[in-house]
Amino acid sequence: MKIRRILAVWTAKAACSICRRMGRQGVTWAGKLALSVYPPVLREMAAEVRRDIFIVCGTNGKTTTNNLLCSALEAEGAKVICNHTGSNMLNGVAAAFVLAASLSGKIDADYACIEVDEASTRHIFPQFKPDHMVLTNLFRDQLDRYGEIDITMDILKGVICSAPHMDILVNGDDALAAYLAMECANPSVTYGISEQVTDTCDTQEIREGRFCKRCGERLSYRFYHYSQLGDYSCPKCGFARPPIDYDARDVRVGDQISFRVGDEHIVADYRGFYNVYNILAAYAAGRHAGFSLTHFNQMLRDFRPENGRMESFRIRDTAVVLNLAKNPAGFNQNISAVMADTRPKDLVIVINDNEQDGTDISWLWDVDFDRFCGDEIHSITVSGIRCQDMRLRLRYADIPSILEADVESAIWGRVVDGCGNLYVLVNYTALFGTRNILKRLEGEKP
Amino acid sequence: MKLTIGHLYPDLLNLYGDRGNIACLMKRCAWRGIEARTIGYESEDRVDFSTLDIVLLGGGSDREQMLVCEKLKKIRRDFQAYVEGGGVVLAVCGGYQLLGRYYKTKDGLIKGLELVDLYTEQGDGRLIDNIILDSPLCEMPVVGFENHGGRTYIGENRPFGKVLYGSGNDGRSGYEGVIYKNVVGTYLHGPLLPKNPQLADYLIQKALERKYGSVTLSPLDDTQEREANAYMVNRLMK
Repeated sequence: MKIRRILAVWTAKAACSICRRMGRQGVTWAGKLALSVYPPVLREMAAEVRRDIFIVCGTNGKTTTNNLLCSALEAEGAKVICNHTGSNMLNGVAAAFVLAASLSGKIDADYACIEVDEASTRHIFPQFKPDHMVLTNLFRDQLDRYGEIDITMDILKGVICSAPHMDILVNGDDALAAYLAMECANPSVTYGISEQVTDTCDTQEIREGRFCKRCGERLSYRFYHYSQLGDYSCPKCGFARPPIDYDARDVRVGDQISFRVGDEHIVADYRGFYNVYNILAAYAAGRHAGFSLTHFNQMLRDFRPENGRMESFRIRDTAVVLNLAKNPAGFNQNISAVMADTRPKDLVIVINDNEQDGTDISWLWDVDFDRFCGDEIHSITVSGIRCQDMRLRLRYADIPSILEADVESAIWGRVVDGCGNLYVLVNYTALFGTRNILKRLEGEKP
Repeated sequence: MKLTIGHLYPDLLNLYGDRGNIACLMKRCAWRGIEARTIGYESEDRVDFSTLDIVLLGGGSDREQMLVCEKLKKIRRDFQAYVEGGGVVLAVCGGYQLLGRYYKTKDGLIKGLELVDLYTEQGDGRLIDNIILDSPLCEMPVVGFENHGGRTYIGENRPFGKVLYGSGNDGRSGYEGVIYKNVVGTYLHGPLLPKNPQLADYLIQKALERKYGSVTLSPLDDTQEREANAYMVNRLMK
């Protein structure tokens, strides 16, 4: 074992533990240090994974899908490396490996489950070629960073073609993702939902890719699930939703999610239609890699994502749910999940515009906030760096809101003077800090 | 009083937040008792400019703009008559580029509507950031976000504003956008109007004057608009 490699591992572990003690995340920094101490560290460690490497890409659902997949494999007895926290650029991916290494710098893993930021795939693929790619969906997200969706698709196409042996597990309900998989000669497997689940045909919702990527004709849809996900075909060139290998049937979405796929009946205590896709993708990936996944339902029961994705807290007598909402498609799904809870509720919405959030917050105007109306909405508090813009967005939907830039004060205000049922919706850079606040408030004695 | 807003090709040109501009115009009319409606014209629809008081042309990706430019040939003459007759237009991003003679990209030439004497060429890198302008149309600074690969040259035309922070038309001239008759073209996308209520009211005012003669808009309580605007001005300018 090279001494520099061991040094890289030690440095990263020390950096991470210092950050934790200071209440900061530190994973990205740890990865950066490791790569600067020993640049080939990621390449070498990835090559030492005994079986397969999965990567999860796509605009929404990466973290949940990837964590579910990791837990599913672990439930079958596999040793798995995973970037649980969702740090998905080069430094975060390197950190997942070095932090999982032993103090002697050794990797002991059967599998790796790694979510990768779409634009960062360019930096990851030269380090290692994954065996499987899960491609969840492509929505508009951080256009100030990526430019346009078309640019993201070009990047993905480039890296997929650079790994011809990698198979793609693609969401067949997304015309953009499916088109991408068809364009590349890689073996592909599809998952999707072939029956209409919701009858809400909200034509207001922004839909990407309404025109055929192949010929430019307007796609026709048999139905939509949400956003542009649904059953589509092109009347001109024959491009169409591919046959679905892992097809969810009898889908029920409410306080609980349940569906059938093959012979398996899957039940989970989650809200939100999008979680059907997350669970289905993880299941399909595990099965496709050869696992029987007999413990899948048990894993779902035990799954406690401590990462601010529909994470529950209890502060005094208030039940608090924290969830990430960082782009129009994700936020609209959040609204559906919140509104599915018919009890009275308070809402805190935290919007930041730091670099990792995207400095352009125009996307707030593409979210259907009008749906936050009705008597069950007890109050809405807007917070974070761009709370003024959020308040203005709600004003133009005729929804009054309370302005409180400080996140802790915003949350505490609703704990003291709320209806006992609080949803906190935050975008990316607000997530870690808000979660820390909630954990601390939960721990404090009344 | 009644106003009809025509939103051109939301199926193709609907990058970030164009809906915000429409919501803003609609609400500011409704709050004053002006009856406003919006017609969204998709790319197959026929546009009857004689029924429209405000036209919105939004932004799209380069690929989508190529698709739009085919459709626009059919409406060019009607659109030009509308503009020359004092029709109000807000053209944002890709829509702004399409007002001109052409947009020269690395992949080819996208022909424009030739409604305003300007042209655009693709530059190296995109100009992406918050932006603040001093515009003759507003007493408050104009606050927005720009994200464009094209550099637009407006010749002798009046700019929409002087750049106080950000890049503007071409990153060098120090000016942003264009004003031609009652047309405003700009790279400031998304929530341009909500944080710049005076611009929204300027468009409403011009549209009503064209239809009804002299009009005075009743004032609205713009506290929240002003605070959101002032926050960005303070953050970027001080």
